[in-house]
Amino acid sequence: MNYTLLAEQFFNGFQLGIILFLVAAGLTLIFGIMDLVNLAHGTLYMFGAFFASTLVAVTDSLVLGMILALPVMLAAGLLLEFSILRTLYERNHLDQVLATFGLILFFNELFLIVWGPEGTGINLPPYLTGTITLPGGITVPEYRMVIIASGLLVALLLYVLVSKTRVGMLIRAGASNREMVGALGINIKLLFTLVFGLGAVLAGFAGMIITPITQADSGMGESILILAFVVIVIGGIGSIKGAFIAAILTGLIDTMGRSFIDVALLQIMDTVAAETAGPAISSMMIYILMAIILAIKPSGLFPPKGA
Amino acid sequence: MLKKLILAAPLAAMLAVPSVEAAEKIKVGIVLTLTTPASIMGKQMKAAYEVAYDHLGGKMGGKELELIFEDDGLKPNIGKQKTEKLVKKDKVDFLTGYIWSHVLGASAPVALKAGKIFVSANAGHSLYAGKKCHKNFFNAAWENSQNSMAMGTMLNQRGVKNLYILSLNYAAGKQMVAGVERTFKGNVVGKDLVPTSHKDWSAEIAKVKAAKPDGVFVFYPGSWGLAFFTQYKQAGLDKTTPLYSVFSVDGANLPVYQKRKMKHMIGTFNTMFWAPDLDNAVNKRFVADFAKKYKGQIPSHYAAQAYDSLMLIAAGVKAAGGDAKNTDAVRKGMEEADFGSVRGKIKFGKNHFPIQNFYARQVINKNGQWQLSVRQTVVEDHAPVMSNECKL
Repeated sequence: MNYTLLAEQFFNGFQLGIILFLVAAGLTLIFGIMDLVNLAHGTLYMFGAFFASTLVAVTDSLVLGMILALPVMLAAGLLLEFSILRTLYERNHLDQVLATFGLILFFNELFLIVWGPEGTGINLPPYLTGTITLPGGITVPEYRMVIIASGLLVALLLYVLVSKTRVGMLIRAGASNREMVGALGINIKLLFTLVFGLGAVLAGFAGMIITPITQADSGMGESILILAFVVIVIGGIGSIKGAFIAAILTGLIDTMGRSFIDVALLQIMDTVAAETAGPAISSMMIYILMAIILAIKPSGLFPPKGA
Repeated sequence: MLKKLILAAPLAAMLAVPSVEAAEKIKVGIVLTLTTPASIMGKQMKAAYEVAYDHLGGKMGGKELELIFEDDGLKPNIGKQKTEKLVKKDKVDFLTGYIWSHVLGASAPVALKAGKIFVSANAGHSLYAGKKCHKNFFNAAWENSQNSMAMGTMLNQRGVKNLYILSLNYAAGKQMVAGVERTFKGNVVGKDLVPTSHKDWSAEIAKVKAAKPDGVFVFYPGSWGLAFFTQYKQAGLDKTTPLYSVFSVDGANLPVYQKRKMKHMIGTFNTMFWAPDLDNAVNKRFVADFAKKYKGQIPSHYAAQAYDSLMLIAAGVKAAGGDAKNTDAVRKGMEEADFGSVRGKIKFGKNHFPIQNFYARQVINKNGQWQLSVRQTVVEDHAPVMSNECKL
């Protein structure tokens, strides 16, 4: 066993988990508290990528561009909630799926028209393009460490917000029992708007920090959306803690699967069979994980209390 | 008197028929992807068809030529609908374009059933080169695995011993891998086929680093290439391990790489049947006129194929004396392929796929514009391996 490779893959899996968490955190709150199936959550991720790319290009600074993109994301999220999604709360899930799927198509095409078919991207400044060598000869690109660090920082801030503040208390209460929160005289509409804005900023942040790695193209939100749904189902819908643990778990399982399944399969079958089965099984890993967890805990790892 | 009239009537009719036909236009239906992120290639191809139209003087076999463009939106069902529309409503004489194998798979039967001649300007569906070959089906590009077979040979020539293979996990991606493995003689030290939803290669890049190959073969077209090559540099691999690619670095996306300042792409090798600096008169004229037509860009191989597709049809129509309805005569003319190709020379096998040279190309920076330059001929007169499965 190559331990350096194992350690590097651990970092890679962790970093994927962080991105998944940022997307899933908003999705789980919106689904859990507002009972809104928002397929366009991946679109918010795309928003972040494109807005930040343009702002980084305009300001010629990675940090400044991304910081400026955050309030833009908040505004975009609030505008979307206020203009379109607000009318969907009373509707059933099928209507919500249809309407938000429409939003995906609309924004994908719009971004294609505005930014062109080649999309856009962010170039890393020279001080972030190197690699860090950790003890044991483990090398990790600097920027991936930045993603891990900033993601953990956001997770910490979110933890403080949700578990230590009054707004956080209302969010938790909303996830457990929405009607009761409303009955107690809390302005549930305002709470919904706030939650949606928060979710938009988190998804947008994920989209912007991944852009220097994957570049931005129209339609980038859909692949992350499916993974984010897997994460919130595993973690328990409405639970931030569940989303965090499930995201890290999913990131690690997916990366480890891609790294070692083909080698493992070679031990038990011939080369041709292993080469065919390897990619298939490794892309199924997280779904297998989801199935196992749902079989044991049908409402996910950490269902909000009372739900 | 009556006898004379009876004799004269068919004569008059015979005289009248060609004059009616002379007024008829020759219509060519062209199906490309002109929307979606994949429209980078489609728009270049459209411009190339227009350059070919200009070079033909807007005429084929002495008759007026009309090009009708349609967008398939990268979807097989839409490609099929557009093909039906071109056949039934516009009554085109020829169909060409078709970038994607799955769009072609849905569309070609419609055209062939209607007795039209169909010229693929890109999609290199292996089945049509072998078992499913058809007398009215032509391909003016290549068969899917040809280019990566040339790549395998080039890797042998360049002395690569240990190769890591990276591709996409779908039909064409697997055919690319099969092609390179068919000709590469060294060791394949690792191989990863990632799902098409994939944009982060952290796990695969770590594996490449651990395997320490002396070359990495990739098939990552379009936005996959943009993301993968960015990460390749971030991991520091660009300094240690040379990249060899097929269909990932071309004239359509090099301007994008240049705009994103991906300098590590300069010097990388790929293989192709053509390059913008391939030394022949037709090619020089094509490259110069393409730049005038399309944003000053250097054409990609996609554009070159589109140009040759229309020229191939024109050669057929010319051989049939301008009678596009005489399919047998047109087909015979196309098989002979006596026209000025951007390839220099062109000939077709009995499966109607080109038998052609493949070249090693390198990315260079010339006059501030990144482009591909021919280095050497890798294989000469290469035909698709499944050619003898064709029973024409």
